[in-house]
Amino acid sequence: MSQPQTPVVAVTTTLLPLPRRRRERATRRRFEVKFAPVITPSALSRLATSPWLRTLYHGLWGLVLPALVLWLWFEAATHEWLPAFILPEPAMVRDTFVDLWVSGELWSNLEISLIRVGWGFVGGTLAGLALGIAMGLSKRVEAYLYPSFKAISQIPALGWIPLLIMLVGIGEAMKILVIAKAALVPVTINTQQSIRNIPRSLLEVAQVYQFTPRQLLSKVVIPATVPGVFNGVRYGLTHAWLALVTVEMLASSEGTGFLMVWGRQLGQLDLVLATIVVIGAVGLLFDVTLQQIENRLARWRRFAF
Amino acid sequence: MTQISQGRRWLTRDLRGWVLPLAILALWYTVTTWGIANTHILAPPQAVWLEGYQQLASGAFLLDLAASLSRDLAGLLLGGSVGFLLGLLMGVSRWTERLVAPSFNALKQIAIFAWIPLISAWFGMGESGKVVFIALASFYPMVINVFEGVRGVNRDYMEVARVYQFSHWQRLTRVILPAATPQILTGIHLALIYAWLATIGAEYFLKSGYGVGNAMIDGREHFNMGSVLFGVLVVGLIGASINWIASRLEQRLLRWR
Repeated sequence: MSQPQTPVVAVTTTLLPLPRRRRERATRRRFEVKFAPVITPSALSRLATSPWLRTLYHGLWGLVLPALVLWLWFEAATHEWLPAFILPEPAMVRDTFVDLWVSGELWSNLEISLIRVGWGFVGGTLAGLALGIAMGLSKRVEAYLYPSFKAISQIPALGWIPLLIMLVGIGEAMKILVIAKAALVPVTINTQQSIRNIPRSLLEVAQVYQFTPRQLLSKVVIPATVPGVFNGVRYGLTHAWLALVTVEMLASSEGTGFLMVWGRQLGQLDLVLATIVVIGAVGLLFDVTLQQIENRLARWRRFAF
Repeated sequence: MTQISQGRRWLTRDLRGWVLPLAILALWYTVTTWGIANTHILAPPQAVWLEGYQQLASGAFLLDLAASLSRDLAGLLLGGSVGFLLGLLMGVSRWTERLVAPSFNALKQIAIFAWIPLISAWFGMGESGKVVFIALASFYPMVINVFEGVRGVNRDYMEVARVYQFSHWQRLTRVILPAATPQILTGIHLALIYAWLATIGAEYFLKSGYGVGNAMIDGREHFNMGSVLFGVLVVGLIGASINWIASRLEQRLLRWR
């Protein structure tokens, strides 16, 4: 350790705001090296300039708003600014949530919802894939079916609910049909378009190599369409979940959406708020899972070529 | 010559598209008029026509339509303008983005209709509750698209603006907004679609007053299938026209560029 020469400058370097550009960082580092032996804890300052810490620092800002809302909520509860049927206490919502969790009420309702979404989503996706492939491969099928498909897709799943209740009753079939319709539309559109958008050059190369239809499908059509189709499937699941919540709120006596409407009817907003959290969490889980699969598929696709 | 052949091609394509709907209509008509299907469960096609005629003649249809469209517009204006401002702010300022974006993305995960019980408790089952819900539905796509449009403005443009020493207002109106117009229009287009969906939803769940959605729910409760089917048709037609108007508007506004 050499004697301290210019401690003031050295301290300021660690207090400087987080740099934006690499160039700045480089000059700073050169600067630090010069004065490093003095008192600058260079490890600490390097940490302050590390991209990881910067991300964390910026991420913390995202917590400011929720913290503010939470604080206001606690304040409102302790000062009783609003009655409980307008805004229940945070502790009450937490207790309701724990209750739902422990008693198994949450799981039994969630299970019912997930089974409905599963059937509807799988059915809608398979039908959408078939329809999309048929309309994508054949101009004739497209000419016959596309206008009807377009007309049906113009009417949101929500609009079909009263009609389907009259036609097939208020049971599971109606719910699954509504969910399937919600998933079908984006899957069909994306499948059809990604088949249509296969680059001509790829098809020509396949022709030159005299690919059999099977090879054409496995080596060209599927790899070229997977990203687009998967995008449609992802939208399909989002729409299916939205449709499930809607149909359970409107015409059901069990399930997550029903739990919410029931809470509202009882005037228990704590139950409503707890269910909103569950609905948001499931939606997020679906999205993240499919995104992970999508990333993996994209990697696989790169290997395919 | 070319015009004629083009016209003929149009005709053939149109006709092929009509085959399926007409076949379904014929089947529907035969099944219901020959007594194969129970007309209490499946009303004949004429019932829809009759219901439509009655609703038009009595003025009930116009009343419902006016109520639905005006609350759609009110919600759209409220949610769209708030969404526009937030998207703009988030696009221009990184700090606002860091502050707001995580909360916004978390709230976005919640299925839109899940807000209805909360909104009905806070704003009532009447007009204000519906408008707030429609506003919320049009708010999300507006924020996302305006934000992406503003963030996507080319860096070079801003540098030119700096060279010319534009004021903040000039930068906004002469550089940022024109450059972000396509995305902003996409946001408006999506907001229009979502607002119409939310209007129907709000009328289903917050049953009070007039509206196209109310008429459908009433029809179902009275087992009046003609009324329900007429409602489905109206919902689809209005959705399609909103979509068409928005695309037209987009084309026209972007052609100017």
